[in-house]
Amino acid sequence: MVTLRKPKEEMEYILATDVGSTTTKARFFHKRNGEWRFWVAGEAPTTVEAPYEDVTLGVRNAVREVEELTGHQILSPDGKSILLPYDGEKGVDLYCTTSSAGGGLQMMVAGLIKTMTAESANRAALGAGAIVMDVIARDDGRRPYQKIRRIRSLRPDMILLAGGTDGGAKAHVMEIAELIKAAEPKARLGISYKLPIVYAGNKDLRPQIKDLLGKDFALTIVDNIRPVLEVENTEPARRAIHELFMEHVMSHAPGYDKLMKWTDVDIMPTPAGEGMAMQLIAKVYRKNVLGVGLGGATTNVYSVFEGKFVRSVSANLGMSYSITNVMKEAGIKNIVRWLPFELDEEEVANRLMNKMIRPTTIPHTLEDLIVEHAVAREALRLGLRHHKSIATRLKGIRVQRTIGDIFEQALEETYIDLMKIDIIAGTGGLLSHAPWRAQSLLILTDAFQPEGVTWLFQDSVFMMPHLGVLSTVYPEAAWQIFDKDCLVRLGTVIAPRGLGKEGEEVMTVEMEMPDGETITEEVKFGEIKRIELPERQEAKVTITPRREFDVGNGPGHKLEGKAMGGVVGVVLDGRGRPLHLPEKKNARKELLLRWWHALNLYPEDDLKELI
Amino acid sequence: MISVKKSKLKKVSRESYAYTPGLKVKLATVVYKTRRLPVPGEVLVKEKEKVNYDTIIARAYIRGDPEIVKAAMLLGVEPEDLPEYMTKKVGDKVAEGEVIARYTALFGLIKKMVPSPIDGTVESISTATGQVIIRGLPVPIEVNAYIPGEVVEVLPREGAIIKTNAAFVQGIFGIGGETHGKIKIAVDSPEEELTADHINSEDKGAILIGGSLVTLEALRKGVEVGVSCIVAGGIHHKDLKEFMGEEIGVAITGQEEVGLTLIITEGFGRMRMSQRTFNLLKRFEGYMASANGATQIRAGVIRPEIIIPHEEHYEEASGDELAAGMIPGTPVRIIREPYFGAVGRVISLPVELQQIQTRSYVRVVEVELEDGRVVIVPRANVEIIEE
Repeated sequence: MVTLRKPKEEMEYILATDVGSTTTKARFFHKRNGEWRFWVAGEAPTTVEAPYEDVTLGVRNAVREVEELTGHQILSPDGKSILLPYDGEKGVDLYCTTSSAGGGLQMMVAGLIKTMTAESANRAALGAGAIVMDVIARDDGRRPYQKIRRIRSLRPDMILLAGGTDGGAKAHVMEIAELIKAAEPKARLGISYKLPIVYAGNKDLRPQIKDLLGKDFALTIVDNIRPVLEVENTEPARRAIHELFMEHVMSHAPGYDKLMKWTDVDIMPTPAGEGMAMQLIAKVYRKNVLGVGLGGATTNVYSVFEGKFVRSVSANLGMSYSITNVMKEAGIKNIVRWLPFELDEEEVANRLMNKMIRPTTIPHTLEDLIVEHAVAREALRLGLRHHKSIATRLKGIRVQRTIGDIFEQALEETYIDLMKIDIIAGTGGLLSHAPWRAQSLLILTDAFQPEGVTWLFQDSVFMMPHLGVLSTVYPEAAWQIFDKDCLVRLGTVIAPRGLGKEGEEVMTVEMEMPDGETITEEVKFGEIKRIELPERQEAKVTITPRREFDVGNGPGHKLEGKAMGGVVGVVLDGRGRPLHLPEKKNARKELLLRWWHALNLYPEDDLKELI
Repeated sequence: MISVKKSKLKKVSRESYAYTPGLKVKLATVVYKTRRLPVPGEVLVKEKEKVNYDTIIARAYIRGDPEIVKAAMLLGVEPEDLPEYMTKKVGDKVAEGEVIARYTALFGLIKKMVPSPIDGTVESISTATGQVIIRGLPVPIEVNAYIPGEVVEVLPREGAIIKTNAAFVQGIFGIGGETHGKIKIAVDSPEEELTADHINSEDKGAILIGGSLVTLEALRKGVEVGVSCIVAGGIHHKDLKEFMGEEIGVAITGQEEVGLTLIITEGFGRMRMSQRTFNLLKRFEGYMASANGATQIRAGVIRPEIIIPHEEHYEEASGDELAAGMIPGTPVRIIREPYFGAVGRVISLPVELQQIQTRSYVRVVEVELEDGRVVIVPRANVEIIEE
C-alpha cells in the first residue's frame, strides 16, 4: 500500500530515477501552471558494484547533477537522504525508482511441457520484467542429470514453477518439483536466505508441493498459469514475482535496503516500468504497438497485439556490456554492412571490445557514432527475431509434434505481423541520445522493417521506465509528462511489402496536408523520400501500390489511412520488404548514402570527410 | 577536433562525481584477499599464521550430484507402493550396482531389480512420482592462499583474510585464473610489441611483461614454454579470438583453460602500456608476484590484477579514492577515440552541455594533454589516474 506524503493536487516536485546496469538516470518533474512537465535530467555511473557496492551513491550523484542544473535542493545536507516532502524551498513531494542494476531480476522457470506450461511460465516471468536464465521442462531434450547440473550452476533470484492444468497431470509435475529440490539451487544474492519459488501449476498438487518445497524454499502459491489448456493466466504469477522481487531480491542487493527507505513506491524492475509505458501507448491510441528498450546490457522487446501484452528480453544483446555479444551473434560482417565508409573489420571489432570493457564511454566522433548505430540495427534485428519466438499462439490444443518441428516452425508460429503493427516505439540510451531524431527513425526502420503505414515514437530523454512506475501511483501526472515531454513523435513510415528492381515504380502516395494542399509522390524501388509534416499534425494518405506490392489491403490494392506528423515527418520507404543490401561493397555504400542523404541523417560535411 | 572557447566555459563545476574510476597502479599498498569456500567447510589456518602461495586455507566437501532413478517404473509398480519394494531406506549408503529395490512375483519366477547407478546415499523415496534420488559422494574442494602473507582474520567455516604489503596493478581485461611467478620484463619499452622472439625456455613459470601489444604467436610460444602469465598493453581482437578458440560475448572471464593467464592493461588494438604501469613493473623485475586474469564488467566489477608482495616503503599519495571526485588538476586518461590513451590533467569542468562532433550535447571536461594540446571531451570518456 502506497502512502503519499501530500495530496496529489498539492504536489509540485517529483523525482524519479532508474538505476540502470550502466547509468543511474534521475528525471526531475515540476508542476507549472497546473500542468506536470519534465524539467531536467541528471546522470551518473551506477554504483551497485565494487568498490562502491551501494546504489544510493550513484543515485546521489545523479541527483546532485539535477541540483546543480536547477539550483533546487533535493538531497539532505549530509547527502544521505532525499528531502521529502517539498517544504516550499527544498525537497520533492514524491520519489520513485526502477532498477535493473546488478543484472536485474534473474529467474529460472520450469513447466511440464516446453511449448505449453513452460512457455506460459516463461512469458509470465518475462512479463514481470525478469531475465529468464533457463526454461526447464520434461521434454526439453535434456536428461535429468543434465537438468540438475544446469539448475545447480544457475544462481537465480527466483524460480517460477508451473505444470499441469487444474485437475490434470500430477506425477510428472511432481517429478519436476523433485528435480528442483534435489538440485538444491542457491540464490544469487545472499547465501543465507531461502530461494523464492512461485508455484503456479495444477491446483490439486498444492499440498504435495508445500510438503516437498515448503521447508527449503520461500514458497508462494498462486493460481494456475494454465488452468485449462485454452487459457493463459499470467497475472497472479506476475504479481507474486513483483512482490518477491522487493521482499527477497532487492533487499539483498547492495544499498537497496537504503534505497527502499527513500522511495515512496515499491522499486520496480526497469523492464516492468518500460512495459507499462508501452501499454499506455497502446491503450491511449487503441492500436497494435511494438516497443523496444535498447539498453546497455539487454534488449527488451514489447508487443501489445490485439490487446495481448508480451515482453521478450534478449539478455545479452546490448549497446555497452553486451556489445561484443551482438558482434558474436550477428557476425562482424552484418555490422560492417551498415557502414558507408571503409573501416577495417578488425578495427571495428577492437572498438567494440573497448566499448565492452569501458561501457560508460560515449561516441565522440561521427565515425564512432555511425559504428554504434550499425551495431544497434543488428541488436534490434536479433531482438525482434527473439521476440517473435516468444509472442506465439497458445499451443497445446493442436496436434503433437516433436521439439525439432516446433523449433523449426517457431518463427511461423508468431502472431506478430509487421503489416498489422500500427506503432513502433523506441527507448534506451542509444535511441534517446541519438543526436538527430531521424537517426533513430531509420535505425528502427532498418531493424524492424515496418510494413504498410506505421507511426514511430521515441522516448525523448529516456524516461519511460520512470513514468511507468510513476503511473502506478499518479497516472494523471505520468500521462501529462508522457504526452508532452516523453513521447517524441518521429513521424510515419509508409513501406510496401514486396520486392522489385531498382528504379521500378513501387507506389503512388497522395497526401492531403493540414493546410488543404495535396501532395502526390511517386516512389521508385530502392528509394526513400521524406515529406515534412510537423508534430501533432495529421494528413490523410491514399496509397496506391503497384501490382507486386502490398501496403495492407493485399497486393496492388489501394489503402487509405492517416499519417502522423513528427520531427522527421512522413517517410516513403520504397526499399522493399524484406530489406536487402547489395552484396557489392561500392553499390551498398552508394545506396546507404543515398538513403541517409534523403533523410539528412548525419552532418553532410563531416560525413563527406569520412568517405 | 573542438576548439576551446573560453567564453563558453564560464560556469564550472567545482567537482564532478560522474566519472569512471581509474585502474589502480600502486607502488606500495596493503592488499587484503578474502579466500572463501563456496560452501561451508573447515578452515585450516589460524590467525597471525604466515602463509605462502600454495598454502591450503580451507577445505570443504560439496554435496555430490543427485541421480534420479525411476524405481517404480522400472519395477512396474505403482508409485505409492514403492516403499514396500525398497531394499534400502532413506539415509542408507549404497554402492554403484547395489540393489536398492526389488520386485518378485510368481514364487520368484519374475524378478525385477533396480541397481544404484552411483556410489552414494539414498536421499528420498517419492510415493508421488515413484522416483528414488541417490545423492553422489561428496566432492572435496580446497582454496589456497593465492598471495603470501599473514592471516589477519579467520572466517569460521568459510576461509580467511590474508594481508600482504605489495605493489598492486589492475588491468582492464584478462583471461585465465590465478597463478604466480617471477616478473620478467620482456621488452625494452612500453611501445615495443611482445612477439614470439622475445620468449624462450628460461621464461618457464614467469610473469612476462610486454609493451604495446602481444601477438598470437607470442601467446602460443608462451604456452609452449610454460609461461605463467603475460601482461601487455593491448591485443588484437582476432588474436584473442584465435587464441581462445571462440569469440568473447560478455566479459565474464577467469575460467578459461588456455595454458596461461593473460592480462591486458589498456585495451584492444595496439595500445602503448601506460608509462606508470610499465615503470612500476620494471622496478619489481625479478620479484615473485601473484596474477589473476579474471574479469567481470558487470554485476560486481572484477578487474585482472598483479600483486607483487614486498616490504619496501615508497612515498605515495594514498587518500580515499572513493570520496574524491574529478577536480581541476586531476590526472586523467582519455578512454575513447579520437584521443584514446592520451593522458593529461583536468583544466575545468563546464556545467553547460556542449556540442561535440556527433552533434550531441553532453557534459564535458577540458583537459590539457601531456603534449600541451587542450581538448574538450565528454566527461564519460575519461578515467581518473589514481596517483
